[in-house]
Amino acid sequence: MKILVCISRTPDTTAKIAFTDNNTKFATDGVQWIINPYDEWYALVRAIELKEKDPSTAVHLIHVGGADSEAIIRKALALGGDEAIRIQTEEQDPQFIAHQIARIAREGAYDLVLTGKETIDQNGSSMGALVAELLDTNYIALATRLDIEGSTAVVNREIEGGEETLSSPLPLVLSCQKGMAEARIPNMRGIMAARTRPLRVEEAQPVELCIHNASFTLPPPKAGVKLIPADTPELLVKLLREEAKAI
Amino acid sequence: MSILIYTEHQDGFVKKQSLEAICYGVAIATSSGEEAVVLVVGETTADLSSLGKYGVTRVLHVPSFSALSDTKAMAAVIDQAANSISATTVIFSNTITGKSVAPRVAVRLKAGFVSGVISLPDTSNGFRVNKNVFSGKAVTEIQVNSSKRVITLQPNAFEISAGEGVARVSQPEIAIPSSTIMVKEIKKTTGAIPLAEADRVISGGRGLKGPENWGMIEELAQLTGAATACSRAVADAHWRPHHEHVGQTGLAISPNLYFAVGISGAIQHLAGVNRSKTIVVINKDPEAPFFKSADYGIVGDAFEVMPKIIQAVKELG
Ligand SMILES: Cc1cc2nc3c(=O)[nH]c(=O)nc-3n(C[C@H](O)[C@H](O)[C@H](O)COP(=O)(O)OP(=O)(O)OC[C@H]3O[C@@H](n4cnc5c(N)ncnc54)[C@H](O)[C@@H]3O)c2cc1C
Ligand SMILES: Nc1ncnc2c1ncn2[C@@H]1O[C@H](COP(=O)(O)O)[C@@H](O)[C@H]1O
Repeated sequence: MKILVCISRTPDTTAKIAFTDNNTKFATDGVQWIINPYDEWYALVRAIELKEKDPSTAVHLIHVGGADSEAIIRKALALGGDEAIRIQTEEQDPQFIAHQIARIAREGAYDLVLTGKETIDQNGSSMGALVAELLDTNYIALATRLDIEGSTAVVNREIEGGEETLSSPLPLVLSCQKGMAEARIPNMRGIMAARTRPLRVEEAQPVELCIHNASFTLPPPKAGVKLIPADTPELLVKLLREEAKAI
Repeated sequence: MSILIYTEHQDGFVKKQSLEAICYGVAIATSSGEEAVVLVVGETTADLSSLGKYGVTRVLHVPSFSALSDTKAMAAVIDQAANSISATTVIFSNTITGKSVAPRVAVRLKAGFVSGVISLPDTSNGFRVNKNVFSGKAVTEIQVNSSKRVITLQPNAFEISAGEGVARVSQPEIAIPSSTIMVKEIKKTTGAIPLAEADRVISGGRGLKGPENWGMIEELAQLTGAATACSRAVADAHWRPHHEHVGQTGLAISPNLYFAVGISGAIQHLAGVNRSKTIVVINKDPEAPFFKSADYGIVGDAFEVMPKIIQAVKELG
């Protein structure tokens, strides 16, 4: 079986969010970049677990982005990917990225394409569905469990107010979230091995762009907390009813 | 030319987020001079003509399609419906269904796609909408350049307003695609209000010391018609189920009321809740970072404060 894991890069969860160039660009100065947590903790680790069960499985990584992403790609390889592909571009349009991923997925005839549930910077939550439609394959979002039985995937996914178990033939695109696997940290052997694992770079294919980020703004700061003395909590209830109209 | 609004239903009711999406679509249609048309897929006992009171004139109903978990087949159905009315804009709510299907529809229609939109479009210079990015820490304005667009509306971002009116319901001719997805089992978390849809949320953190102390969270939730949630530390300790975990790596919510008890307010927690309208924080540490993002707060011991709050809510009736 061949698995393609989509790896995206996001600012560290504690990074200061600020903008430059007249609020049209994210200020990257001093920002620590990490693998998007859902991609690392759930999509990648589950792929590695499937390989551990069936050593004939190949786990390949794809990242669509610039050369400064190579550190996070190496980290993903250190966790256990066999090889990686980076598509060189600075473009952020999700449909543009989806076309690049879909091309690689098609050419490599992957059985499974795994993404994270969403990127924590763009919060698109759409990449898997875009890729699946371009490939004309099934897509299951927000998966919490994945097992492979022959040429069928058995997947649990979150639904509103519960969980559903689905089965789908392969190939399949899946977005992964909590439950799918337990986060791991790379060990020394993995880190050493990752240095020599293949990392192929390809040019992006041109795609017509549909959207772009025109500007960014920071939300206005809260006016400040109204503190209520601990010995009169009923006052809080009164304010929530009459002032905030929240209960 | 028209605006198509994909509408979700459950147990004979149209979902609240879908009513928000309908009102949003109607607002766009009114300013662009287009017709607002609702699409309902799957059998339902809901009175669809009554959706007219939100300003839609037509409802397309496809009762014979039932593979609602098959995103590929769903997209094929919605694509046909959108083409049958020459839709320029297709609107979903940013729910699990919206996230699963809307991007596929965008690809099929060659439309620009924006998820989690929080504003009406600004059409003074093309088509621009706002969405949250950086997990609620910033807002971006997105310019859509294509002639068609597909957007998902963030829950709780648009007011529902109802007037009078009756919509015409028809069953369009749609080729029903076959499905290769099989539903093997559905597990409902019964009784509780689903967190993603909740108007009010009562949430507990590690300050509550253990799962045995969640009675007061549940009681306040029950009294106020709220859903329950928790911090990641709590879900990781298995005090509460994983689906209750909110934050950067859990669910992102934006209810009218977020009531946090014994939660420190770490930046990753805030990322999932900072879009809530009113935030209340109960924490015994006056230095807890959460107070900086709160509207109301009590510095005090949850075990002393919560019973009094519950009592006061009961007295309010
Ligand atoms: C990459 C990454 C992603 C993360 N994602 C998330 C996420 O999605 N969601 C999330 O929640 N966390 C997330 N975290 C973890 C986050 O950083 C915090 O560790 C976590 O939110 C802490 O949970 P807590 O506030 O319940 O516990 P604590 O930090 O232990 O805080 C407990 C609070 O309770 C107060 N307290 C104690 N006793 C009482 C009492 N008797 N009465 C009142 N108050 C009391 C204390 O003063 C303290 O403020 C993430 C971390 C990382 C690194
Ligand atoms: N530039 C990228 N390169 C590779 N994978 C990506 C990229 N952007 C997003 N993804 C994948 O798509 C998922 C969802 O992203 P998004 O739709 O942007 O929220 C991420 O968790 C990644 O797995």
